[in-house]
Amino acid sequence: MSGYQQGQDISGALTTITTRRAWWRMRVPWRAIGMFVLSLAFGLLAWQLLSMRYSVNFLPSPAETWTATRELAKDGTLLTSTVASARRILIGWGLGLVVGIPVGLLMGRITIVRRLLDPYIEFFRFIPPIAFVTLAVIWLGVGEASKVVLIFYTTVFLVTISTMAGVLAVDELKLRAAAALGAGKLRTMVEVVIPATVPYMVTGARLAMGNSFLTIVSAEIVAAREGLGALIWTSRNYGRTEWVFVGIIALGILGFVFDRIIRLIAVKGLGRFAVKV
Amino acid sequence: MSIHFGSFVAVESAALDIAPGEFVCLLGPSGCGKSTLLNAVAGFVQPAMGDVLVGDARVRGPSVSRGVVFQSSESLFPWLRVRQNVAFGPRMRGLDRAQVRELTDRHLELVGLAHSAERFPDELSGGMRQRVQIARVLANEPSVVLMDEPFGALDAQTREVMQREIERIWRDAGATILFVTHDLNEAILLADRIVTMTAGPAAQIKAVYPVELPRPRDETDVGAIELHRRIRQDIGIEVSKTLRAQGLE
Repeated sequence: MSGYQQGQDISGALTTITTRRAWWRMRVPWRAIGMFVLSLAFGLLAWQLLSMRYSVNFLPSPAETWTATRELAKDGTLLTSTVASARRILIGWGLGLVVGIPVGLLMGRITIVRRLLDPYIEFFRFIPPIAFVTLAVIWLGVGEASKVVLIFYTTVFLVTISTMAGVLAVDELKLRAAAALGAGKLRTMVEVVIPATVPYMVTGARLAMGNSFLTIVSAEIVAAREGLGALIWTSRNYGRTEWVFVGIIALGILGFVFDRIIRLIAVKGLGRFAVKV
Repeated sequence: MSIHFGSFVAVESAALDIAPGEFVCLLGPSGCGKSTLLNAVAGFVQPAMGDVLVGDARVRGPSVSRGVVFQSSESLFPWLRVRQNVAFGPRMRGLDRAQVRELTDRHLELVGLAHSAERFPDELSGGMRQRVQIARVLANEPSVVLMDEPFGALDAQTREVMQREIERIWRDAGATILFVTHDLNEAILLADRIVTMTAGPAAQIKAVYPVELPRPRDETDVGAIELHRRIRQDIGIEVSKTLRAQGLE
């Protein structure tokens, strides 16, 4: 909410109306799409020109990368790798939200919980997940668990801290209003604190998604038979640089798609909680 | 009663009796502790000495029997529609759906917002948002309504309309109102009694002026002007005291 709109019209007639338009009636932003295509074309052109000066082993051209993409798509490697990475990210990230949001809410509302957990949060949040890759393999082996746990670790601190910050930022007036209207501690949490904190949860979740991509590649490079990180690493061993490119581009597209989905959910589903992305 | 924050004495001593159904304005310069006093009555802060009694019961914390209208409409819940904001209190009290609906409709009607029930607070003007606050509080049928400069952030014309409305609502709802303001005209228009405070910190109640002018009142009325002059002199002394104190520090 943006302060006061000092309406002259106090008789109750219309003042300011924000238009809420259904998404399927949104005007198509042709201009933006055009710029997007133009930018993409420039990038491809620059890549093409640069690649003409080098061998395919050093810097494959867009065409060679495309051929490699079709090759990897045909034998199923691309799909299995993408699905494997996406699955690990979604499970680990999802678990991170499921744990991080409640912990953040409790830390924000209950001082004792905050004091007890703060040292650990403050310690571990400076240790990058990559530092734990080795330990994860020792303790959990090279199976799915080690990767999922690393993604979970990546997510949980970001989401907890972000949610807690949101709880602490809830306007004191709203809490007082709720108390004076008869809401107890639990109702205040459910009816006021959680809705007011939603934008912070979304921010934490988005940041965590980005970081999950960092983690998944390192984890898969060290210990995985499939996944985009594994694809990139194995390709290097075979000297197939164009496969490395395919893996990298797949990661970029996957991340973009995930972020768009989060944004869509946030804006369309949680828009009334003032989520702005 | 007195109110301390650590070693800071916000309100030194204040004793005040308010009759049921009375409209009392608490008037004083900025920072004199009038909002603090209101917060103590609301139960948001605890007095260090003394008690707030409502009827025979001692105030220990916020309660549905004491509704609070805040100066800022930031106290509204922006993720809820106007109707849901007003229904919040009745819902928290665990009333059934029909009762919640009836109370909500009645109070939206009372403040003239029935046509805006489905809108969100950020789609409303400042004056309309304050009406939502008032409806939200009254829907809980409190015996005491506490208002902390509810029209302070409104423009002059809107404020004037809201003052007329609050007088009407007070008459219709029959609640006791404790109204904090720094606007002397507002106090004279609305109050049965005006309570002035000395400059804070360590504020005290300075004087109580009964306002025996017929309603609806007009600030250009001879009696109103006379009262205005008297109280303004009193407040003027306090303000210059504050300024002197700040100048010496």
